[in-house]
Amino acid sequence: MAALKLKKGSNKHSAYNLRDPNAEVIETHTLAVVVDNEAGVLARVIGLFSGRGYNIDSLTVAEIDHLGHRSRITIVTTGTPQVIEQIKAQLGRMVPVYQVHDLTVDATSVERELALFKVTGTGNDRIEALRLAEIFRANVVDSTLESFVFEMTGTSEKIDAFAELMNPLGLIEIARTGVAALARGTV
Amino acid sequence: MAQQMTGAKMVVQALKDQGVEVVFGYPGGAVLPIYDEIFQQNDIRHILVRHEQGATHAAEGYARSTGKPGVVLVTSGPGATNAVTGITDALMDSIPLVVLTGQVPTFMIGSDAFQEADTVGITRPCTKHNWLVKETNELSSTIHEAFHVATSGRPGPVLVDIPKDVQFANGTYIGPEKADLGHYQPRVKGDAAIIEALVEEIETAARPIFYTGGGVINSGDKATELLRELAEATGFPVTSTLMGLGAYPASGKGWLGMLGMHGLYEANLAMHGCDLMLNIGARFDDRITGDIPQFSPGSKKAHIDIDPSSINKVIHADFPIIGDVANVLEDVLRIWKARGSKTNKAGIEAWWKQIAEWKAIRCLDYKPSEKTIKPQHALTRLQELTKDHPNRYITTEVGQHQMWAAQYLGFDAPNRWMTSGGLGTMGYGFPASIGVQIAHPDALVINVAGEASWLMNMQEMGTASQYRLPVKQFIMNNERLGMVRQWQELLHGERYSHSWSESLPDFVKLAEAFGFKGIQVSDPADLDEAIMEMIKHDGPVLMDCLVEKHENCLPMIPSGQPHNKMLLGNESTADAIGTSGAVLV
Repeated sequence: MAALKLKKGSNKHSAYNLRDPNAEVIETHTLAVVVDNEAGVLARVIGLFSGRGYNIDSLTVAEIDHLGHRSRITIVTTGTPQVIEQIKAQLGRMVPVYQVHDLTVDATSVERELALFKVTGTGNDRIEALRLAEIFRANVVDSTLESFVFEMTGTSEKIDAFAELMNPLGLIEIARTGVAALARGTV
Repeated sequence: MAQQMTGAKMVVQALKDQGVEVVFGYPGGAVLPIYDEIFQQNDIRHILVRHEQGATHAAEGYARSTGKPGVVLVTSGPGATNAVTGITDALMDSIPLVVLTGQVPTFMIGSDAFQEADTVGITRPCTKHNWLVKETNELSSTIHEAFHVATSGRPGPVLVDIPKDVQFANGTYIGPEKADLGHYQPRVKGDAAIIEALVEEIETAARPIFYTGGGVINSGDKATELLRELAEATGFPVTSTLMGLGAYPASGKGWLGMLGMHGLYEANLAMHGCDLMLNIGARFDDRITGDIPQFSPGSKKAHIDIDPSSINKVIHADFPIIGDVANVLEDVLRIWKARGSKTNKAGIEAWWKQIAEWKAIRCLDYKPSEKTIKPQHALTRLQELTKDHPNRYITTEVGQHQMWAAQYLGFDAPNRWMTSGGLGTMGYGFPASIGVQIAHPDALVINVAGEASWLMNMQEMGTASQYRLPVKQFIMNNERLGMVRQWQELLHGERYSHSWSESLPDFVKLAEAFGFKGIQVSDPADLDEAIMEMIKHDGPVLMDCLVEKHENCLPMIPSGQPHNKMLLGNESTADAIGTSGAVLV
């Protein structure tokens, strides 16, 4: 029994209880979903989330295998453990879905996001922005006399931190790609 | 067998190659090429319905009574949107349907063309999968894949949207044996270690119960046989959802009757008090569980389901087994027998004694009347007078009559009971009875109906007349939306807001207008004769059975209550539903 992880004699039989946000911690999971790159597949996945009331914190999608017509959708979602399990099961049974990887559970993973920041200003603010960009290893990809566009790749937290620092220095616009993630090692 | 042909011809060829015998449909501008091909052949029979919703329900009736997929053919725009209710109904009840819709030509898609609708967009959340075919060369393999998806794993409706230019254009036809069916291959074999652990529990359980659902019937005849074998061999009691009636015979000695909101007292009490619950192909629907935190508090629960998303969705499963019912039951039986076919005989004997006490409550008893026909009495007589018919099929509409039919009619075989469970679609039963009769021309097909539900798809009288289908419409007419009225009585201070049937037609004259036989009965003394007249008439019958107007459907688990707090027929119904239950439906 122990090997099956069955809770023998457990009185916690209602999965519904697990949905109580006060009863269980809300977890954040990164899911990688490999799908047929066919018309409407993204609408199907998004429709599942909106129709069943699941959260999407971040969503990234692109074709990864042109000949095999496959795309990879990376979704960062939050919910109780039971809701996360439901999301995986609901995704897994969709016809165009090949695999659902829970990169938060299955293995440790690397997660990266790319962001572009437009910062305007002159004088000390402009110098300070450039100095901080160097510290954060952000690249300048466009420059005028009164603005920079910085490019940065990193974790979502790093991008948040950089944006916070740029805010008082003239940050006027951000574009973020959403999270792309892969499991570490050979798996 | 790569052949060149038009897309329209491919559709008909693909249906033939899939073994389709009947298509339910309605023509229109965007499917004219397909209808032209249907005109020029005799292998596939087309049944012309009177409304596209009727086509989908008829196809559902056909599918459920045969185990084969039902096929629907409708035009673009309104043809497709009218089919949406039936498609959703099939999704909720896991019925295999292949719906073919016409679409405006590819070069006009997105231009708000005449009779254009985003059919794949509209039906995406109510189909198992759908396709818009933009190339004639892909049409035949898409249709073959559609059949594969509809019938594999948990069955469901699929839709193929076919633009008119794709129907006209030439392309290469691919037969089912060569078609690319995609990568959809649900797992059918259950986890051996969990099955072994479950068998250990079966050997020792003192208060076990089988809780079976539509998944047993969907799995096929073998699943039904295995369930019966396992139930007989173990001596465990069996209850079933509305969807699963007939998988285990109502005449079987382990039968407790249906469970759930309007289920039998003994079935619900046994569910509440069991120590081992074996859920086979059911999904812990809210009509079954009642108040979830108080649901069967002392039991270990096994859940056998082919759909992984059903497991742990509502109720935590101690023994989660993902697989096909027949496949898993075969393993359970084999392992249980190999270990010596053991059960806890003393425990089970005491359990049956307890169940006998619950049965002694006689929860289906009702106050008889000599003046008016009680609906329970009408169904008791219908059961008595038709139960020995070798080939009886029952469909229902939705409401009180549906629950009474589930309580008072008995089913000894699967695929004999067609009702809208998950979606609860009023207007389902009449077209479904047409689909059943098409599949079983010599059978006795009865639609147990309420007058309000029945009127929702009454246009299908034309279909029944045209194809000389001897369907029997058994309308229990209380001039009320009975279930709505009941809830208003229990929950809304007896303020009966719009829950009566005003301006009802004269059903006998209506019957005659469409070539049906019309019968009206209101005196309990005439009931048997009227039922016999209905059964014996060689043709469609519309029976207007005037019943007691204010009868409540009991027993009932009031909303928000657990299984052991059932409301019985002889109890006061005042304040039965508390404030927390009132928000539930």
